[in-house]
Amino acid sequence: MVSAAAARIFPSDATGPGAPEGGVVIYIDRQLASPYGRDRYRYTHPPFEDGVPEQGYQGKATPQEVYREGLVLLGKNFDRLTPAEQDVRLREIETTYFFQLLRQHTIEGMFCDPMHGGNADLIGWQIVGYPGPYMSWSYDIDQHYGKAFRAKPRSLSEAVGRQVTPWEEAE
Amino acid sequence: MKTLARADVAIVGGGWAGLLMAKELGARTGLSVVVLERGGPRKTADYIVGMDELDYAIRLRMMQDASQETVTLRHTSKDRALPIRQFAGFLPGTGVGGAGEHWNGVTPRFLPDCFEIHTSTVERYGARRLPVNHSIQDWGITYTELEPFYTRAERLLGISGKTGLDPFEGPHSEEYPTPPQKMAYFPSLFSDAARSLGYHPSPTPSANLSTVYRNPDGIVRPPCQYCGFCERFGCMLGAKAQPTNTLMPVIAQQKGVTVVTGANVRRVLHKSGKSIGVSYVDANGEELIQPADLVVLASWTLNNTRLLLLSKIGEAYDAASGKGHVGRNFTHQTASRGVVLFFDRPLNRFMGSGASGVVIRDLDGDCFDHGPLDFIRGAYISASAYGYRPIGSFALVPPSVKSTWGSEWKKAAIDAFDCTANLSISGEHLAYRTNYLDLDPTYRDSHGDPLLRLTMDWNDNEHKMVGFLSEKLARVGREMGAREVMVSPLPRHYDVNVYKSTHLQGGTIMGAHPGNSVLNPWLQHWQMSNLFVLGASTFPQNPSGNPTLTILAQTLRTADAIVDRYVKRPGLLT
Repeated sequence: MVSAAAARIFPSDATGPGAPEGGVVIYIDRQLASPYGRDRYRYTHPPFEDGVPEQGYQGKATPQEVYREGLVLLGKNFDRLTPAEQDVRLREIETTYFFQLLRQHTIEGMFCDPMHGGNADLIGWQIVGYPGPYMSWSYDIDQHYGKAFRAKPRSLSEAVGRQVTPWEEAE
Repeated sequence: MKTLARADVAIVGGGWAGLLMAKELGARTGLSVVVLERGGPRKTADYIVGMDELDYAIRLRMMQDASQETVTLRHTSKDRALPIRQFAGFLPGTGVGGAGEHWNGVTPRFLPDCFEIHTSTVERYGARRLPVNHSIQDWGITYTELEPFYTRAERLLGISGKTGLDPFEGPHSEEYPTPPQKMAYFPSLFSDAARSLGYHPSPTPSANLSTVYRNPDGIVRPPCQYCGFCERFGCMLGAKAQPTNTLMPVIAQQKGVTVVTGANVRRVLHKSGKSIGVSYVDANGEELIQPADLVVLASWTLNNTRLLLLSKIGEAYDAASGKGHVGRNFTHQTASRGVVLFFDRPLNRFMGSGASGVVIRDLDGDCFDHGPLDFIRGAYISASAYGYRPIGSFALVPPSVKSTWGSEWKKAAIDAFDCTANLSISGEHLAYRTNYLDLDPTYRDSHGDPLLRLTMDWNDNEHKMVGFLSEKLARVGREMGAREVMVSPLPRHYDVNVYKSTHLQGGTIMGAHPGNSVLNPWLQHWQMSNLFVLGASTFPQNPSGNPTLTILAQTLRTADAIVDRYVKRPGLLT
């Protein structure tokens, strides 16, 4: 279900691969299972009150719980709908916190370092021409004015020559 | 509660201000100094594996843990404050080096007239031009008094830049210690267009070195490599000046200075009008007392103010009556999303450094005539090559595209990705009687202490300023060749969802006399002479540009006052 929804937010289409090829759902699964997904880092003292939007998200639900409620919003048959029907359903829930979170997580899953489970085969970085972490652009920073300068994308582990532990596995 | 051995000086907070004070005292006195830092230790070698956007720039791995302590926000004193449950609008630092580890390194001096803003505004335009409900006041020091310390701070960090190009800058007694950083494409476009429209572009003063530099303490740092991982990241080379690479190596050699990490100070202890030390919770959760003859607060704007309120030192500000000073003149930054430019050619914007860019001050302070306008003051305006990263900068599309997801949006966002950049408006934020800090009656931190409550909203002056500046910058953007220009007004109300800056200021302000301030011009507490407070909490209002260089200059000035005068004869400095 999440996979189907992410695929409508960032579709595989004529402009290139999308959320399914990028491994977005793997990324989301891992984030939701992590301390972040359980709200380890958010201030969760009560009372929980409704505020004005400028005060930020005030809900009690953790990201895990937001998704659980979001699946209900999507409806049981969401993954069996046609893409056009799925879009209609998503437009109905566009303003919900679940949809905002899902959209944000889809972008994160497309463009994060692959150690987090998304951006499989650096597909997201290739789409936009982002090279990933490089130690130095000192010789290029004031060159290539107005012309695309593209280096071969590489992951953080490739850049530093060893495995790096993502935060979701560090605590 | 266990009481530790007495120290001569207890410094609360191990960021730029606290560690600089410790280093100065360690080098120039025989005093025993304990720095209490609530976060963990940090070092340059940690940062090599930190080039990860998700963990550091999105999940904020280096920042204060909101689950343990945050602040609450409301717009007016009639509203109910609610906790900022996750930081976004500003990002408090933690750990050794504080926010000085993950800053961008933009280091301008403030314009000379900002220190005398009340006097100069009234002289030029008359008192009726000061906004309704303002609490604007002079600082009690002048640019001329601070100038030698600006120069020392620039030499300490090796600031790169060039004087003489900006006609509005205050006098510099020395040229910047290192030349400007290299110029990326986008700032070069801004520089050319701004000049052709009659503005005066100059390179952004930068704490990211343009060349190898050895500072007066003998610290050698390498040049910036423009990797694009400055803001929200530590520099793995030490090219960006950070407390851990510029101050800690010196402090490590000093016998008198001890830096304790995991030490969360909860109170400044005092008796008969004198501070006698601090109490803190250590990394194991044990409550300890650190007795000290002199206490220095350097724990950032919000925590400096909160510690004075929790410790019941001085009179808390009461917005209804206007009495009391602690918590008064709280300001942030008049910052919209700036003016977003969409080009039809790539900018290669993944390259950059946090402070490589071009600034104009023609629209800052009182550098332009406000006589015919309906607002006062202005903004520090810049075009930078920060090094953009994909999660944070993907998704922006030209205003002609209405969707925010799906195929049409995806194509537009991919096309725009490397062809988009923004001109940033970092505006002055004036002080008002209605914007202030106090203790929240409901929400508490993990130790059970009340959270700090922010009462803050925008006023007319900020809305009008951003509207005026955005139009001016839209014209510059079109001159730069932008295909589409997106102008965003300042949101109607102050919000904590969109990042503005971490330049929160005020709360423990300095001033010329005890009737209008918490601290004297030496940043010494008016009523408690063995308590000093460092950092932007001392600024009576926000003067547009980035505050760190001024914080460092003021810290050096206070260090001189303590070493040369206070230590010899403790008491209120005059």
